[in-house]
Amino acid sequence: MVKPLEFEREIYEIEKRIEELKSIGTGVQLDIDEEIRKLERKVKRKLIKLYRELTPWQRVQVARHPNRPYTLDYVKLMMNNFVEFRGDRRFADDRSIVAGFAEFDGMSVAVVGHQKGRGTKENIERNFGMPHPEGYRKALRVMKLAEKFGIPILTFVDTPGAYPGIGAEERGQAEAIGENLYEMINLKVPIVVSVIGEGGSGGALAISVGDRILMQENAIYAVISPEGCASILWRDSAKAPLAAEALKLTAQDLLKLGVIDEVVKEPIGGAHRNHQLAANILKRAVRRNLRELLNKSIDQLLEERFEKYRNIGVFSQE
Amino acid sequence: MNWFKETLSRVKRGKKVDQSLWVMCSGCKEIVYKKEVERNLKVCPKCGYHFRIGAWERINMLLDEGSVVERDGNLAPMDPLKFKDTKRYKDRIEDAQKKTGMKDAVVSVEGTIHGVSVQFVAFEFGFLGGSMGSVVGEKIARAAERSMEKREPLIIVSCSGGARMQESMLSLMQMAKTCAVVRRLSEAKVPFISILSDPTTGGVSASYALIADVVIAEPGALIGFAGPRVIEQTIGQKLPEGFQRAEYLLEHGFVDMIVERKHMKDIIYRIIKLLTGGSYVHSS
Ligand SMILES: [Zn+2]
Repeated sequence: MVKPLEFEREIYEIEKRIEELKSIGTGVQLDIDEEIRKLERKVKRKLIKLYRELTPWQRVQVARHPNRPYTLDYVKLMMNNFVEFRGDRRFADDRSIVAGFAEFDGMSVAVVGHQKGRGTKENIERNFGMPHPEGYRKALRVMKLAEKFGIPILTFVDTPGAYPGIGAEERGQAEAIGENLYEMINLKVPIVVSVIGEGGSGGALAISVGDRILMQENAIYAVISPEGCASILWRDSAKAPLAAEALKLTAQDLLKLGVIDEVVKEPIGGAHRNHQLAANILKRAVRRNLRELLNKSIDQLLEERFEKYRNIGVFSQE
Repeated sequence: MNWFKETLSRVKRGKKVDQSLWVMCSGCKEIVYKKEVERNLKVCPKCGYHFRIGAWERINMLLDEGSVVERDGNLAPMDPLKFKDTKRYKDRIEDAQKKTGMKDAVVSVEGTIHGVSVQFVAFEFGFLGGSMGSVVGEKIARAAERSMEKREPLIIVSCSGGARMQESMLSLMQMAKTCAVVRRLSEAKVPFISILSDPTTGGVSASYALIADVVIAEPGALIGFAGPRVIEQTIGQKLPEGFQRAEYLLEHGFVDMIVERKHMKDIIYRIIKLLTGGSYVHSS
């Protein structure tokens, strides 16, 4: 049992009560059945209201929810015949990024995504979804392979950020990220990006340059973590909720700013409450976007991708 | 040198030195005569430490006198997020503009280097830590596009802590934007020389700065993705001496060369001559 988020506690209490009632036995007494149905309606009502009014900081908690579906969950629920390719052929295999090929909507696709772990052991193995340079280089290797064989690329973004460590710097974290931006802008196949959890700065961007940027409604994406921003600008990391607000890191805000192309709905109460439904909704959005992109010539695709990034920015010139 | 020793001992005793005449070198911690440092291209005459310099100083140092014309000087930042921390972003911009006399953190010019025409962009660290927001990204993009159009090499001297937090995702996207235009420049086969000065970190190092045709670092410059303090906090240990310095990057294969300030102009000139002097034109 995962610890409920602070603002979900009341709902968890009601759900616990429902479980208790169910264990007494349904169908035995009609008034218990009625009570259960009443409570279930109450949970739904409360969840709808709660999630409609989430603050940016609460969304950060949802985006980081330990039960939230990760890349490999979506691969399993959206695709068939996934084969993972490992290693960057230069230094190592970085387990915080998964890459490979699968069948999606009746065709081959390349899959690249950050991968967090469940539980301490797996999280250490996955380095909490924080890649080293070899992760980005593996991603690029597989994307280049996809380009060679004319296979569209689907990426899944979910990282607190690129790992800040000695080995990462020694092996060129900055160069690896820059190289991916430089290459992805010109990969000659359609790229659909889905931000499914945390979009942590450059470490997220390094697999996020594409033709369509989709973002789940409780995912976040920012130039720096709210905690990092708060500790620099407020000199107090406890001001993270304020930073979360200021950074405009929600899908709704980023759609308005023109940074993403589409907000993808989640099940009532967040993707962590229903993986299958979250995957079904995301799958439909990815498929629709991919089909549109497949109709474009490569010249048109690359021109539109270039223009999209070329035109981002707000400034004045008198 | 008696006057010098006297000054030094005064400093050691905690007495004030006339800061308009003397400056302490961050390299050797000695008190050095300001005029002498300035005559020496702002390099410590005792230990060779390269003091940080401003955008215009850099331009005057590297481009031929009288050749410089500023471009895109009318681009100014806005505050699309209405960002406010302990202070409004709007006010931070105003203060930085007053302090530096610049509209944002880069100056973009055209000019010549020993007679060779180039497009040149220099960062001003004094403007919000040289951070890259919409204006910086746009000016780099336009400079690269002029490079392509005129077939003149692009030179960028970076001096930046990274992406500008107050423009959040719009800043992050400048990384992709600058890489996109630099990619086109590369396909047009016009040389791009990236010069890394102290510091070049975060979103600037992780975008166009390390993927140039030629990457040159100034001695001792801090270059890396994550800042040293963030790394220390993450791994819970002190970083080794010289970590993330230009010499460290050279050793690990991420910069082509380290060049002292006094040789920088000549090296740039020689590299441009060599890279544009190819005689074998292959057709596909
Ligand atoms: Zn010195």
